[in-house]
Amino acid sequence: MSGAALIAERVARESYGKLVAYLAARDRDLAAAQDALSEAFASALETWPKSGTPANPEGWLYVAARRRLADAARRRRHADAAAATLTLMQDAIEDPEADMGIPDRRLALMFACAHPAIDESVRAPLMLQSVLGLDAAAIGSAFLVSPAAMGQRLSRAKTKIRVAGVPFRVPDPEFWPERMDAVLQAIYAAFSRGWSESFSADGRGRGLTDEAIWLGRVALSLAPDDEEAAGLLALMLYSDARRAARRDPAGRYVPLADQDVALWNADAIQDAEAMLLRASARRRPGRFQLEAAIQSVHIARRVTGWTDWSAISLLYDGLIAMTRSPIVAINRAVAIAHAQGAAAGLAALAEAAESSTLDEVQAYWAARAELEARLGDTAAPQSYARAIGLETDPAVREFLLGRAEGLRSSRGFSVDGKRGRL
Amino acid sequence: MQYLLMIHVDEAAMQSAPAEGAAAMMSAYSAYTQAMKEAGVFVGGERLHPSSSATVVRMKGGKPSVLNGPYAEIKEQLGGYYVIDVADIDAAIAWAVRCPGAQHGAIEVRPLWAM
Repeated sequence: MSGAALIAERVARESYGKLVAYLAARDRDLAAAQDALSEAFASALETWPKSGTPANPEGWLYVAARRRLADAARRRRHADAAAATLTLMQDAIEDPEADMGIPDRRLALMFACAHPAIDESVRAPLMLQSVLGLDAAAIGSAFLVSPAAMGQRLSRAKTKIRVAGVPFRVPDPEFWPERMDAVLQAIYAAFSRGWSESFSADGRGRGLTDEAIWLGRVALSLAPDDEEAAGLLALMLYSDARRAARRDPAGRYVPLADQDVALWNADAIQDAEAMLLRASARRRPGRFQLEAAIQSVHIARRVTGWTDWSAISLLYDGLIAMTRSPIVAINRAVAIAHAQGAAAGLAALAEAAESSTLDEVQAYWAARAELEARLGDTAAPQSYARAIGLETDPAVREFLLGRAEGLRSSRGFSVDGKRGRL
Repeated sequence: MQYLLMIHVDEAAMQSAPAEGAAAMMSAYSAYTQAMKEAGVFVGGERLHPSSSATVVRMKGGKPSVLNGPYAEIKEQLGGYYVIDVADIDAAIAWAVRCPGAQHGAIEVRPLWAM
């Protein structure tokens, strides 16, 4: 690849969201902004190798894309209706520096993508596409939706933004908590999707977790006082620090309790610790801070050699009061099992199953199977079968099959001789 | 931008409400309308008679078909509307939240097609 092409690619990666945010702000037309920007990139790839890379590549792309937007507007509308817009755009073209000088608009773009008027399921994909420039096929496969369907959902969402007048603006402070929450939720949804796909053959999951962490950094750099933004970044960094330990050299799944702490990424952990400290200094606990704190207790095993399960179950108590999430309830039951024994854990699990339908939740059956096995309950093999049937990750399926197998060969099941673990 | 706020309410509950409740609702609506006018966002708005007064008209095979009753038999019927002119959907949502009908019914916010 030529130098000019490399620079174009770097600018594309680093500035995509920023440029889209600037370009779409006036008309709230994301689709038009993205079209104009890709045309500008194409023309950069054509002209830069010949005429040399401009001193300010980002500014060059911005001006080129703006011209294309203006051209498109001219083609689309009647001359007089567009005149006012064109004048405004002309001003911007003549003085790109003035426009680019205002603070980063990416956060405003994120707020538009995570607006409550936008369907919740499309917020994370929309953010990945508008801020990072991922294409519908890549996003679709990560979110288990066909590229065509994802493309349709994205374009419907963009139309809604334009037609319904969803503003590209950071909302007033009074709306900050609930609205920032939607932004962070969407980032976390992207991360979680990447996390469960981390070991897929095409490596797309890994890319997605990196992108989500990057978005988390952007959100925090633009809202440095938001403790939940810091909490989310800490949570993602803690989880990501354990990436290499989640599989053994043969590619087999390794549960958290069995992971080799030497494989955890010390730099990422340090980063995460600092972030969590910064968040908790504000003394306004939130969901992401609590989840990060739970990760932090797990990570402490690296130093202390043991896991403080009572602390973890206390943190889960706080988390469940805050989220009412069934997955949190399952994890809480697991923590209780470690702290107070399998019977107490199973009771907590039954409680969780009472308040929501967990029949199709893999984590529920996996946890239940382990606890039943430890108590010598004859229902364990059946629960393992349910968990295995619901699992999508082949490595985890393999792991659970091994557990169920071990149960059959050693009746009584003392979990490979060690203390029972999940 | 102009937005239509459609006020969907449970008519049965409205009709069985005690007289003083209805009066309080009326004055809440007139204060709301007044606030919209003073903010300079009010374009129009009316209250509708109950859906039992509705008639649905279609052309069927070149002939008009006229039917008694509302377009859709649902619990929450369109009871009134406002048209407002505000900067964006956030401002429109802020007005919808203040609508007395939001307390017990639902307000649908729709952008008007700019001609």
